[in-house]
Amino acid sequence: MENILLEMQSITKEFPGVRALDNVSFKVKEGEVHALVGENGAGKSTLMNVLSGWYAYGSYDGQIIFDGQECKFFNLRDSEKLGIVIIHQELGLIPYLSIAENMFLGNETASKLGPLHVIDWNECHNRATEMLNKVGLDENPETLIKDIGVGKQQMVEIAKAMAKNVRLLILDEPTASLNDQDSAHLLDLVRGMKEKGVTCIIISHKLNEVEQIADAITIIRDGATIETLYRGIDEFTQDRIIKGMVGREMTDRYPSRESNPGEICFEVRNWNVEHPLYEGKRVIQDANFDVRKGEIIGFAGLMGSGRTELAMSVFGKAYGKNITGQIFKDGKEVQLNDVADAIRKGVMYLTEDRKGAGLNAIDDIRHNITIANLQSISKRNVVNHNEEIKVAEEYREKLAIRSTGILQTAGTLSGGNQQKVMLSRGLFSNPDVLILDEPTRGIDVGSKYEIYTFMNELVNEGKAVIFVSSEMPELLGMCDRIFVLNEGRIIAELSGDELSQEIIMEKILTDTRKRAEHATIQ
Amino acid sequence: MQQFSKSFRASIRQYMMIIAMVVLVVFFYTSTGGKFGKPMNVYNIIMQNGYVLVLAIGMLLPILIGTIDLSVGSVVAVIGAVAGIMMYRWGQPVWLTLIVCILCGVVIGIWQGFWIAIVNLPPFIATLGGMLIFRGLTLVLLQGKTLAPLPSSYVQISSGYIPDIVSNIFGIESNMNITTIVIAVILCLLVLYGQLNARKQKLKYGFQAPGIPAILLRVFLISAAILLVASRLALYKGIPFVLVIVGVLALFYTFILNNTTIGRYIYALGGNARAAELSGINIRNVKYGIFINMAIMSAVAGIVFSARLNSASPLAGQSFEMDAIASCYLGGASASGGIGTIMGALVGGLIMGILNNGMSLLGVSSDAQQIVKGLVVILAVAFDILSKSKSSK
Repeated sequence: MENILLEMQSITKEFPGVRALDNVSFKVKEGEVHALVGENGAGKSTLMNVLSGWYAYGSYDGQIIFDGQECKFFNLRDSEKLGIVIIHQELGLIPYLSIAENMFLGNETASKLGPLHVIDWNECHNRATEMLNKVGLDENPETLIKDIGVGKQQMVEIAKAMAKNVRLLILDEPTASLNDQDSAHLLDLVRGMKEKGVTCIIISHKLNEVEQIADAITIIRDGATIETLYRGIDEFTQDRIIKGMVGREMTDRYPSRESNPGEICFEVRNWNVEHPLYEGKRVIQDANFDVRKGEIIGFAGLMGSGRTELAMSVFGKAYGKNITGQIFKDGKEVQLNDVADAIRKGVMYLTEDRKGAGLNAIDDIRHNITIANLQSISKRNVVNHNEEIKVAEEYREKLAIRSTGILQTAGTLSGGNQQKVMLSRGLFSNPDVLILDEPTRGIDVGSKYEIYTFMNELVNEGKAVIFVSSEMPELLGMCDRIFVLNEGRIIAELSGDELSQEIIMEKILTDTRKRAEHATIQ
Repeated sequence: MQQFSKSFRASIRQYMMIIAMVVLVVFFYTSTGGKFGKPMNVYNIIMQNGYVLVLAIGMLLPILIGTIDLSVGSVVAVIGAVAGIMMYRWGQPVWLTLIVCILCGVVIGIWQGFWIAIVNLPPFIATLGGMLIFRGLTLVLLQGKTLAPLPSSYVQISSGYIPDIVSNIFGIESNMNITTIVIAVILCLLVLYGQLNARKQKLKYGFQAPGIPAILLRVFLISAAILLVASRLALYKGIPFVLVIVGVLALFYTFILNNTTIGRYIYALGGNARAAELSGINIRNVKYGIFINMAIMSAVAGIVFSARLNSASPLAGQSFEMDAIASCYLGGASASGGIGTIMGALVGGLIMGILNNGMSLLGVSSDAQQIVKGLVVILAVAFDILSKSKSSK
């Protein structure tokens, strides 16, 4: 058992402007379940992508030693040949293909007929059934993926990995989208795999699960390994893990600001939102929150807790269906029926998905800045181009957007500068309430600081800011109050001394546990 | 006229296309021994391509939002059929026919827009259905027969030209159409005024503005082109109405796309639909408007084309949509949306038209012409993609 199966030595991986991994070392013993924990953006997924060959050999520094041999993986196939299989957070299954087809995709049992590979469907289904039995999933291999639940899909992923003679299985947030029953089943399965001699690396935010199942835990923070804890040797509790994840000095990472909130500027009451596609599925339940003038409030919560959904549904119903509830602005009830309506009434939202739903990458900085409020530089719908140039230049200077000029194509800017263009768009629409969804995602430390500073300026001007983020430290560093979301509900409102990562985490974990107990009683 | 300067600056690709067009013109002029540049031939090129240019202008809008309209040719046919029945069978006056034809275009647009913007059908499928429906409707309306001739005042829309009023008033005896020259000179002066005015505005805002020599050079080039074409036309009959229609539409849509909020919404929608939505743009209305507009433009092209044929034919307009789409792509529009100009679409359409005309004069068979045009489209776009990927490295 003491045999080291995998050793990653001083891995360094850089992206333009960001050092995602800095000299990370990581050891996994054969036959153990090794948990990898850390905050979002700490570098867990990057590390696993290096291991699986997703980032080809040569694009990072450092060494990977697997089973005593140094490995150079250029793609996923190379690592799979040695039995390293990664199962991503977003499942890699094709919905309109059957279980069996998915299971052997790219790995088909086939006989050669000239240049063709002819699939032996009987053999394929036999093997699929065999694998499904191994993972304890009672489904017909011909069933389409779209017709089974997420939990079962996760099982199929594992069965698929087994079909590849897996030696080291990497699970990236396997239980993030599962309910507790399915999660328990999955953890059982991981234990079963361990008995069969398969080594597992599991990335998870659910520390209670980690505590239950892991033999060792490696904590990553800011792209560096902090420590590795071993069961039976080190203290092995959630508190201990959280301390490892959080324990950083917070000074000077966030610009300071005098907090003096004014009157309530924006208030949402009894807010309910249903999923846009699955009618009747509540995504947000009975949410209540408010934000004052000159105040930053935060939305905290794990992935899938409904932060973005809440923010977007408030922004002119840009998300969801059958929305009910009331919105008050400056004490008066308002209806925000569509996005244009919301912008007109002084509410602006900037998306977390900068590339997909934010920037028009093929157009220039100027047009990207003005698009949400063209009317203000137009007379009878005719745009005044010179006025537009003036506006764009003004924001380029004000936010220090590093570019060759306002005519530079937005898609060619760095992440931080793209975000500043987005921020300019938001400001130019002249909102009273600005909702920022992950405004610092994927941008370098320097730009982050500039954006924080800018948020503070806004608040000092008396605007209200709603700050949605998955990085708790920045919420804690910036917000006056934090609303904690879990599974579509606001479970806590924290302010003052309560603003700490331990308390937020604890609130979320308690709520999840409570709900699980509630579910089992039912 | 400011639009012209803008589209000149817009992309190198357009310079390339304009240069390509000039090269083609010179090539055909020399290889046909001057036949290509004869006044009557210049007139013919305009007449032969007028409706394609109208369609190309209309088609640019769906292409800007990343889709295409396949029903265009069939709409041209069905409008021709309506015109034919109104005037030939029922003896209705021309003005009423024109109004009904345009209204039919609006109705067709509402129908297609309904499926695309309200039901969210992919435009490719909705207009594919439209293509079959309106072709079938044409056959039903005309019962498979061609209706001809049409009233001569209707035919004038296509073959008419601006009469030489100036010569008549001043009693000038000349083999040239003086009015044409006068109009051309006025246009040149307007270009000059527009350029100078734009410069003045820029200076007023304290921006950098192009120097006077640069402006004079640009105005000189544009004026030279206008006067060259006008002098040819003046030696034949004068400015055809078709050219007036195309010119007015081109200026109008360039203005819409460059200078109005609606234009900006269209580019934003094509660049990133989700982003446009989150910027408060009503995507549904923009889409609906674009397809209604396309149908109206098809109706205009249907009128021009049936007037040119002097008949309502069940076979009219076949594969016109493809000519319009090819013109836009040739003129630098991106198949995935967000990029393209009216000027580009016009230049693309003219290149196709010049190729047609020039090759016909050289005696190239129409079968071979098709092959050449196909190759030109592929090579032009391939050149664009290759030059882009090189510059991005």
